Amino acid sequence: MFGKSIYKRIDWLSIFFYLALVAIGWVSIYSSTFTTTEQSIFDFSSLHGKQLFFIGASLISILLIMALEASFFERFSSVFYVISLISLLGLFLFGRTIAGATSWYDLGFFNLQPSEPAKVATALALAKYLSDIQTDIKRRKDQLYAFLIILIPAVLIIPQPDPGSALVFFALTFVLFREGLPLYYLGIAFLALIVFVTTLKFGVVWVAIFLGIILVLLFLLKKKSFKMPIIPIIGFAILVILFSLSVNFVFNNVFQDRHRDRFSLWLRLENDPAKLEKIRKTIGYNTHQSEKAIESGQIYGKGFLEGTRTKGDFVPEQHSDYIFTTVGEEWGFIGTSIVILLFTFLLLRLVYLAERQKSNFSRMFGYGVISILLIHYFINIGMVIGVLPTIGIPLPFFSYGGSNMFGFTALLFIFLKLDTNRLKEGI
Amino acid sequence: MKKLLLSSIIIIIGITFLGRLSYLQIFNFSPDLLDDPSIKLVYDYPERGYIYDRNGKLLVANDPAYDVMVIPREVRSLDTLEFCKLLNIDKEKFNKELNRARVYSPRLPSVVVPQLSKEDYARLQEKMRHYPGFFIQKRSLRYYDTKSAANVLGYISEVNERDMAKNPHYIQGELTGRIGVEKVYDHILRGRKGKKHIQKDRFNRDIGPYKDGILDSLPEQGKEIHITIDKLLQEYGERLMHGKRGGIVAIEPSTGEILSMISGPTYEPSLLVGRERSRNYSKLHYDSISKPLFDRSISFEKAPGSPFKTLNALVALQEGVISPSTTVGCSNGFYIGRSKKGCHCGGGKRNMNSGIYKSCNAYFVSVYRKIYEAFPSSSEGHQAWAKHMKSFGLGQYLGSDLHTGRKGRIPTKAMYDKWYPNNSWTATTLYSNAIGQGEVAATPLQLANMTAAIANRGHFYTPHVLKKVNGKDIENPKFTEPRYTTINKEHFEPVIQGMADVYKKGTAQYIQIPDIEIAGKTGTVENFMKIDSVKTQLTDNSVFVAFAPVDNPKIAIAVYIENGYYGGRYAGHIASLMIEKYLKGKITRKDMEQRMLTRTLEREYAKPYSGEEFKINEYDWSQDAIEPKPETSSK
Repeated sequence: MFGKSIYKRIDWLSIFFYLALVAIGWVSIYSSTFTTTEQSIFDFSSLHGKQLFFIGASLISILLIMALEASFFERFSSVFYVISLISLLGLFLFGRTIAGATSWYDLGFFNLQPSEPAKVATALALAKYLSDIQTDIKRRKDQLYAFLIILIPAVLIIPQPDPGSALVFFALTFVLFREGLPLYYLGIAFLALIVFVTTLKFGVVWVAIFLGIILVLLFLLKKKSFKMPIIPIIGFAILVILFSLSVNFVFNNVFQDRHRDRFSLWLRLENDPAKLEKIRKTIGYNTHQSEKAIESGQIYGKGFLEGTRTKGDFVPEQHSDYIFTTVGEEWGFIGTSIVILLFTFLLLRLVYLAERQKSNFSRMFGYGVISILLIHYFINIGMVIGVLPTIGIPLPFFSYGGSNMFGFTALLFIFLKLDTNRLKEGI
Repeated sequence: MKKLLLSSIIIIIGITFLGRLSYLQIFNFSPDLLDDPSIKLVYDYPERGYIYDRNGKLLVANDPAYDVMVIPREVRSLDTLEFCKLLNIDKEKFNKELNRARVYSPRLPSVVVPQLSKEDYARLQEKMRHYPGFFIQKRSLRYYDTKSAANVLGYISEVNERDMAKNPHYIQGELTGRIGVEKVYDHILRGRKGKKHIQKDRFNRDIGPYKDGILDSLPEQGKEIHITIDKLLQEYGERLMHGKRGGIVAIEPSTGEILSMISGPTYEPSLLVGRERSRNYSKLHYDSISKPLFDRSISFEKAPGSPFKTLNALVALQEGVISPSTTVGCSNGFYIGRSKKGCHCGGGKRNMNSGIYKSCNAYFVSVYRKIYEAFPSSSEGHQAWAKHMKSFGLGQYLGSDLHTGRKGRIPTKAMYDKWYPNNSWTATTLYSNAIGQGEVAATPLQLANMTAAIANRGHFYTPHVLKKVNGKDIENPKFTEPRYTTINKEHFEPVIQGMADVYKKGTAQYIQIPDIEIAGKTGTVENFMKIDSVKTQLTDNSVFVAFAPVDNPKIAIAVYIENGYYGGRYAGHIASLMIEKYLKGKITRKDMEQRMLTRTLEREYAKPYSGEEFKINEYDWSQDAIEPKPETSSK
């Protein structure tokens, strides 16, 4: 199985991006957990030592994945999915609570976070379901089932509580869109997001004014022959304004202060310097500190192990969710842009790979992998550099942690394995 | 289209992130050094400026003090008991302070024991190296070369959060003036603190100045100031005030410079310095009966009494309703409607001269009525009268450079319209104003200023205490340009003649000072207090205003003594002695001096609180002896 052929067929470019990201990630973890006392990099009591162990174990698991039959994953995807759901349910009974979230199993040497393998299993299960000859994504019933596959693990994860991880599952809807789910679903969601943000930032009146301007422009720019569907447009406008009003209502009456603070931090709603200072010291502390640390790296960075804010432990969780801060401070814009480019190239490469699959299952799973990696990367870095509200999810291949290292590695390499098999499947 | 969707999203996200990162890391970098934990800002405090009196005698200087500081996380096990013994505090307090420091910050220095004396410091210094985590920080405290003038000088204390919010110049632990000259001229005295930026390595060790010190600045020394107070006169006045309550203000008429400003009872300025500061402050603050922190010289507004008659005389002359020779008959009193009001002048025919020197109530009530009657209505008359009074600085803030004070009162038409609706008030209704007893009120500072205006024959300079900054005379036009009253110059002579006769043959004839011609006016002000909600009359307040010499006035003074009985008694004595002290530098009337130094009014002040019936205006003061306050020897 492990012949010469697999070396030729596997996509070395993706592996190169993967290894580069893992290496930069580990160096960053080393730097942010570095203490002055002399220690070996293999010291497994330190976090960077443990991470090195996780990386090693992940590399071994890659060999294992490569050794398996490609069809194994398709065939057993339902089994994986069921096991995942059971493991998520089991958390309610046997889960271990760390930092307020019951998201782990204590395996003695290692805390397993079942939501990570659940991502892999759900991506497999979704691909399997959609690629079934019986399934037609244009059918409402099949759309519903597909949504359920995504929704069930998410619903099980929300009460841990871990809303960030739950959010990740919804990224899998990209697979559905790729496979033919009407795009206006996405359009509506996007429009809702825009109205939401505009309402909070400028208020309902401005939403109405913007809407009016857009409609007038539409009217002026339309072709003479085109007849405006007056009633639907008015209905649409009323719906938008009602939605905007309800956003306002929910924000002011349903949300609690801590939620409001997150949004006001994100959208820079607060102008009172005293209150801003308070937000910076409480809920916005992480974001403020990480932004400042990244800022202080400037173009060239302060150099390896020279990040003063990293050293001073100014940014909490810097080895896990805020690991990107270390890159920003120590390697500057050069470092951060390299990481962004690596992620972008990796993802684009995966899209290319997915599109060249002849097997529907492989393509759909590929899209699942891309969606999951993309949403992690988008939310995590967005949060760290202050363009998104604080949602705690790890940065793939970077953040400290065994479960997510295994999870992301498995996602990527199962897909690469499927890719090596693409010609065979096609016959 | 669908195939491109995800790719375009990936690219858009990548571009957004790169844009944001370039904004953060390339375009937005603001070198807010303090925000960077690797750069430490250290302040270098300048010495606060000294304060001298008008003759260059030192009043306030600085004394080094030593704070014991701690950085909690650097503290190693220590022999607490021995250390406490060295520091001279008990173990419990020490542990409490240490704990507080730890809660504040384990990494930053906090004060454990503030302001050690030089002796304690010397003892501690050589043992300090046994106590890692502790160190001594030198600071500068105020040193007072006088036991007087606390109300003028004020004191300094650490800034609080409100000060810091108001003035971003201040940082935690800095000192600022609280009242008096220290507060008003804080910006001159404090200088400018120097800054040093120190680069730290990642082990938090200093590795030298940041960017070779191009951002650093040197401290700028506080400027020294001379104030207009005469140290010797101030000290003498406080000795005379010993055992009495009230205020004295002396002004140099030709400049408006305040020569002394005494409030009794007072306190030693050094009480509000050093380790005992807050305990002492509480003690002073909670003395709600004698109120030593209340500056009576500028905040005590009361009916001025008879000195106010001089102004009524001037207004009447200015309005042309009388001439100096106009006579009024006094029948040991006068009639308001059908009720007779008393007069102590002895009765007979009074003109302006005798009206002033005998302080005839009947004469001035008549004059006052004539002022009002010269106008078509009493409200117009009142407004004209009030305008003249205000031109003497009464009923308004004088605009001096003192931090506090009251504005006194010249009653307004509106106030009387409210009290006596339907225009039912006339000069007769308000006759008490004629003799300074009605609704008018003034502070000792205002009385002194009014006297200075009379001494100058019609103008005054805004009273102030700042004389020189760094040896250079002030040039503030606010204090160097005269303010004219609405009374013409020629009307002052007859009034001043009357005031001079107060000493020659009038109510102050027994407190004459040899070789000095003084013009003055006594005041005996009726005085009421609510005791258990019953309006009760207390012993009269003793008031005196004077200036001397008559022809070339060097000093104008107002003395207001609570419950001092008639004007010539306490207030008159004190005013005469102060004038002699200032003009001659020594006292020839030892008998008068002895009388004032050894008399107290404590018995008088205790009366309303005794809960018993009491007599007022007792002529016999032989029981009121007190040990005189020793003369302070200045360096």
